[in-house]
Amino acid sequence: MPHRKQILARWLGELIIISLWSQNAFAHPQKGEAVGFLTGFRHPISGLDHVLAMVAVGLWGAQLGSPAIWLLPVAFPMVMAFGGMLGLVGVPLPGAEYGIALSAIMLGAAVLFEIRPPLTIAAILVGFFAIFHGHAHGTELPAGQSALLYSIGFVIATGCLHAVGIGIGTVHRWGWGQKVLRAAGGLVTLGGFFFLWRAVA
Amino acid sequence: MTHTRASRLPLYCFIAFSALMWSIPAEAHLNSTGMGPFYDGLMHFIMSPEDIIPVLALALLAGLRGATYGRRALFVLPMAWLLGALAGLTSLATHAYPFIAAGWFLLLGGLVAADAKLSLRITTGLATLLGLYHGYLNGIGMGQSLSVMIVLLGLVFAIFVVVALVSAFVVQLRASWARIAIRVGGSWIAASGLLMLGWAIRTR
Repeated sequence: MPHRKQILARWLGELIIISLWSQNAFAHPQKGEAVGFLTGFRHPISGLDHVLAMVAVGLWGAQLGSPAIWLLPVAFPMVMAFGGMLGLVGVPLPGAEYGIALSAIMLGAAVLFEIRPPLTIAAILVGFFAIFHGHAHGTELPAGQSALLYSIGFVIATGCLHAVGIGIGTVHRWGWGQKVLRAAGGLVTLGGFFFLWRAVA
Repeated sequence: MTHTRASRLPLYCFIAFSALMWSIPAEAHLNSTGMGPFYDGLMHFIMSPEDIIPVLALALLAGLRGATYGRRALFVLPMAWLLGALAGLTSLATHAYPFIAAGWFLLLGGLVAADAKLSLRITTGLATLLGLYHGYLNGIGMGQSLSVMIVLLGLVFAIFVVVALVSAFVVQLRASWARIAIRVGGSWIAASGLLMLGWAIRTR
């Protein structure tokens, strides 16, 4: 009967031989393709100032209820993409960083005080701030990426952030949830003030 | 008296072994079936976001309007794509028009987001134009190999399946939130188109 060590050695030998026979997996993304998607997807998530504002849009939409719950998250990516296009083609937008910080302050305050303006006003407010976010993204775009996949990743990530806000906002149906939601709005406002202070400094 | 019966297991094993030895080659692999180019065409479509996303958008649009629209898109789009590709095969020059690609994203995504009440004739026209244009671009890139028709068959088959699945899925949606989710998806496609437009202008 072979010794246990011999058996182990034989198994290891077979394992090494099998490992060396392995073929190329071709499991990596093509250059400039999925790289573009992942870079685009990461871009809105990588900055807390953007995250705060986008989540706040979802929170506010959930607070306002239908049809704002879906209209605001539709308006924001559309207008943000327009801002991104302006940034890409080189149209200057002064004070973009202030605009981004102000967006967190204003949208957070809207959630904090549960402001209920007419739908058009809410959409215009959200759209106005979306231009600053989009412009900042457009001007920061890295070179050598796949434009199409970058754009898709970018928009999907933005939509997901809104969805996170809407998801959190579903607690609005409960009394305690309304307080939690307003507290979250307060946090977003505080974050906005921090980014405004940093932009000024 | 004890009677011991001989086990029939060796006999069964022998029969099974003989049957296995008689098996003919399955020829199920792509190089023996000749179906490789078919899957090339199919995978080309599935792996090309610039092709599949406008098709998805058109299928969503047709699905939002109902079964008649879905059926029309289901047959018109693959046929137009095939015709466009055949026309493209005869062309030698390759031109990429990123503005037009962005335009398709914007137009179809915007129509889905707006839940546009298009007539059947306009939807058919859109499907025809989309198929002809994208098919033409696909055809240019295919060269003149002998298997090109099988590639095209795979491509058209993939389009047919995608339109059938997506539009049928959307047609049966009744809940308002589900239709809104489809429209949100359309707005994302349109937003991607806007960004692509910016890219196209920047890299012009």
